Amino acid sequence: MALEYPEELKYLDSHEYLRVEGDTVVVGVTSYAVDQLGDIVFVSLPEEGDRINRGDSFGSIESVKAVEELYAPLSGTVLSVNTVAVEDPALIGSDPYGDGWLIKVRLADPADELGETMTAEEYRERVEG
Amino acid sequence: MVARSLGLMSDLKRTPLCAQHLQLGARLVPFGGWEMPLQYSTLTREHRAVRTAVGLFDISHMGKYTLSGPDVLAQIQRLVPSDLARLQPGQAQYTVLLNEQAGIIDDLIFYCRSPEHWVVIVNGATNDKDRRWLAEHLQGVHFDDLTGTHTLLALQGPAAVETLQPLVDIDLARLGRFEHAQVSLAGKPAFLARTGYTGEDGFEIMSLEPEGIALWQSLTAAGVPPCGLGARDTLRLEAAMHLYGQDMDESTTPLEASLGWVIDWDKPDYFGREILLAQKAQGTERRLVGLTVEGRQIARHGYGLFDGEQQVGVVTSGTLTPTVDRPIALAYVGKPFAPIGSRLEVDIRGRRAMATVVKRPFYRRAL
Repeated sequence: MALEYPEELKYLDSHEYLRVEGDTVVVGVTSYAVDQLGDIVFVSLPEEGDRINRGDSFGSIESVKAVEELYAPLSGTVLSVNTVAVEDPALIGSDPYGDGWLIKVRLADPADELGETMTAEEYRERVEG
Repeated sequence: MVARSLGLMSDLKRTPLCAQHLQLGARLVPFGGWEMPLQYSTLTREHRAVRTAVGLFDISHMGKYTLSGPDVLAQIQRLVPSDLARLQPGQAQYTVLLNEQAGIIDDLIFYCRSPEHWVVIVNGATNDKDRRWLAEHLQGVHFDDLTGTHTLLALQGPAAVETLQPLVDIDLARLGRFEHAQVSLAGKPAFLARTGYTGEDGFEIMSLEPEGIALWQSLTAAGVPPCGLGARDTLRLEAAMHLYGQDMDESTTPLEASLGWVIDWDKPDYFGREILLAQKAQGTERRLVGLTVEGRQIARHGYGLFDGEQQVGVVTSGTLTPTVDRPIALAYVGKPFAPIGSRLEVDIRGRRAMATVVKRPFYRRAL
């Protein structure tokens, strides 16, 4: 399977991606992560209004093979949670950058916090060596 | 997520089919000292192929021996709780090697070619241990280790007979479950057994390396999907077949592991017999049971089982399976919680989910 890393996104070395839309950020997992996990069967996510802190676990994603923690790439408040993906976790595998997004976060400090992200090209080099 | 380390692949053994696996796009992972295919397409697709049609596994990492000599039967009888003297040539028995404490050294299959000639197939991860145990306890038996020279393929699924029939010189319909034969396969000698580890009909085929590679190539070229360890694990777990080292080991006896059916109580002495007789009389403190778990989260190896605040068991294998489509698990639980219908809670990373003891297997093929 050819893995894709859309140019307009920012990437974390823990395999989350960020789609920045003004002072809000959509967080999901990359197609590389999905490929590594295999069939995704469960995802646990925070509630709307929860505060998340950069570096902390904000949930977990589970496949038949393994469970992986999800780490918050930034600090902020959870604006919305993709309940459709919670109901149907296979969506994360089939469309990680679209309908399979996880949470939308309002940045605590829009000027900060996005320093350690990678571009699509940097991320591709990292995961594909 | 965190990047997962897959270990040092360079130290791992490879089966003769490794080049085929890479060519088919397999993801390789370390397994019991071997670099083995985890999956080629997706676990679910491979699992369903075996349940609905047919799939092909490379299981060449498994230990393969022949034992021969006039005194073989009497000697191997001392090592297992099953009565191997009941087997006719062409029949096989799944059983366990026991130590003096009735602990399970391995689970394995003895194939009777004749009372003087046996084929033995053991787990890959325990191969060295088994070989040492056999060498230590068998005298005057000619022991031949075929592991390095022979491949072992498993063709599993309801379409296994029709898939394999054109290649062999015997009528496969006449080979019963757990029966085996020396056959000519595409013109070359092969050992063919109607055994497997998926809960489906199927065959395990042992042959020399070049013939094994040729068979793999011809079956995959004909459209038989190759299947990896991922599907093998979900298939065997649905069929409630134990994985050695996970669901049982030397600290468990066959009665605790719910493998009482392999024990012949009337057979002559063997390692661990007195302990098994005592356990039979008194019952075991714990035993392996099947569980279904509510929700969608998987109860995995090592997760605790609770009755209120008291831990009463531990999960040994768990998955969410494509056929049953709910979380299932095998677990050791204390005697009071072993009956069918017992309700327990499993601790899934800090959250509790209800689990119910159910009849095994979770899946049984239509006959």
